[in-house]
Amino acid sequence: MSAADLIRAGAPQPCQPWPRHLLTTEGWQAMAVALATTPSVELLGLWADTREVHALFHETTDGAFLLASVAVEAGWYPALSPVRPAAAWFERMVHDLWGHSAADGLDSRTWLDHGKWGQVAPLSARPAASLGAAEPLEFLTAEGEDIHQIAVGPVHAGTIEPGHFRFHAQGETVVRLEIRLGYLHKGTLGLMRGKSPRAAARFAARLSGDSTVAHSIAFAHAAEAAAFAEPPPRARALRAVMAELERIANHLGDCGAICNDAAFPFLLARYGWHRESMLRAAATAFGHRLMMDCVVPGGVALDIAPEGPAAILGALALLERELPNLLRVYDDYSSLVDRMVTTGIVEPPLAAAFAAGGFVGRASGRSFDARRSPGYAPYDALAFGVPVLTEGDVDARVRIRIGEIRESTLLLRALLAGLPDGALSVPLPMTSGEGIGWAEGFRGDIWHWLRLDGGQIASAFMRDPSWLQWPLLQSAIRGNIVADLPLCNKSFNCSYSGVDL
Amino acid sequence: MVWRHIARTLRHGPLTLPAVPADEAATQALAERLHATSQRLLGRSLSIRQVDAGSCNGCELEIQMLNSIVYDLERFGLRFVASPRHADVLLVTGPITKNMHEALVRTWNAAPDPKFVVAVGDCAIDGGVFKGSYAITGGVDSAVPVDLVVRGCPPTPAALLDGLRILIEANARA
Ligand code: SF4
Repeated sequence: MSAADLIRAGAPQPCQPWPRHLLTTEGWQAMAVALATTPSVELLGLWADTREVHALFHETTDGAFLLASVAVEAGWYPALSPVRPAAAWFERMVHDLWGHSAADGLDSRTWLDHGKWGQVAPLSARPAASLGAAEPLEFLTAEGEDIHQIAVGPVHAGTIEPGHFRFHAQGETVVRLEIRLGYLHKGTLGLMRGKSPRAAARFAARLSGDSTVAHSIAFAHAAEAAAFAEPPPRARALRAVMAELERIANHLGDCGAICNDAAFPFLLARYGWHRESMLRAAATAFGHRLMMDCVVPGGVALDIAPEGPAAILGALALLERELPNLLRVYDDYSSLVDRMVTTGIVEPPLAAAFAAGGFVGRASGRSFDARRSPGYAPYDALAFGVPVLTEGDVDARVRIRIGEIRESTLLLRALLAGLPDGALSVPLPMTSGEGIGWAEGFRGDIWHWLRLDGGQIASAFMRDPSWLQWPLLQSAIRGNIVADLPLCNKSFNCSYSGVDL
Repeated sequence: MVWRHIARTLRHGPLTLPAVPADEAATQALAERLHATSQRLLGRSLSIRQVDAGSCNGCELEIQMLNSIVYDLERFGLRFVASPRHADVLLVTGPITKNMHEALVRTWNAAPDPKFVVAVGDCAIDGGVFKGSYAITGGVDSAVPVDLVVRGCPPTPAALLDGLRILIEANARA
């Protein structure tokens, strides 16, 4: 049997819009064996609740999305990391939050748990008090002549999020980079439990501030699926307006920051100005520069202001006028292009093995976009392109962003020209149920899963795109010079808070 | 290419937001407090070290905008520095996570005295929406003493600018 058939053989559990298949331990093991020879079945996420471990797969040959679960027996479940290396970080997270251990996993070191919480497995049924100080984390090693280590972080030199980067370098060349995260762990999933979707949406909106709209949409989709609610068409259209504005604003910020890390502040200044003009348009249209809490389960919290469409179209017109010139500047400076081209390459097969989404995936040959597949309204009724390149370097990740800015500009114009009339939201019924939701953020596909018990969240998980991109950064920097890390890192712009939960 | 661009920008004049006077009441209050502790810093120029001690990154996004040509922080004598050893001001965001608590305290210790701590964002004041989590210790004052707060989720760059200018004004008066 194929991996997909093995998953479908598991007892279907009610989850919307796709059933979740509960496999026996043997069934899960057989699935893992089949996965080893079926690269077309991609792992998108792995998480848990107090009793079971869940995984989300994408069968790329027929486009099916599959949810699989296995009951945890005496604290253990069979690991997926030997056949899907991307599972390793998830397995470490599941262990630290719920206390379930992955048998024969690739990496059993702690991840989010730095030994500071005063308890272990905080999301388990009965969290135990922790037994004193944590073991210092062991880093992976590198051996050879003249290898030295460089430790960076958690506090970095710029205004960015905290994390620890451990380099092994030979002279200027990076031999190995290992990233240690978890510093921003805020216990978000625990805080969401026992709250209504409406109250918990504030946490989804604050998982990763730069993707507040996209995460809010994915969360709302999951809650609406679980409660069988359908947001009104006007709400769906306004959500898309916010999402595309967020995408453009973030891409502009990234393009400027990447060029600045290659010592070209002129482009930072100009892209930064356009980012500001987008944020102001967002504030005019929706009352908040980042549009935080504007998307709520059931719809949107507020209508677009009467002067909103003109403000957005005005900002887009200014951007459109200058963008070709900025691109010409970028192309004209060989010293700039020299830093970008062939730096930090992610080979397409590796991007595929990690099912990387967003500009990281698209710069390395992947066309996956959650707005198209599984898709969601209103994008099913809109035409838009998804740019794809295969070079996989910093330059390609910049060009994908520029391409997406252009597509989002067209999308925004189409959306604003045809905003449907009608209600802004529907109330969510106080029901029990389970749902999975998705949205395409500026970094890539976002997935939210939740289970409602009498209208309150019993269990939830939020999968930021960065889970599948951070590990690729570790690979992309190998063989590059240490000084190119900021450039590579910025071209990935992975979220720290998004994966630290 | 870039020269043509710069020439064009010379024609349309500055894009930088005009400066309004800093909030008088807050300036006076802080100046008096500084005076009382004779915590006067040197001159009218301050170096800022930003520390994310648990933020969702929303606050960082807006702090980064201070360096943009629109807000142009440096015209007020304020600049971001890479090391706490060069800093007069720590700009701290986020509910303080237990996993960042030690790093924040160490950064504070590394900054030379006298120093200011500005808590930025609703989370930094008392933990914000994350209050009560097993993974946080509370607001910035759960780790280091706080001199000034800037509210908002996240605060707008304009609000941040106002807050930081209070610091510089009060510092000059104390
Ligand atoms: S105050 Fe708001 S924007 Fe700032 S860290 Fe907290 S949740 Fe994020």
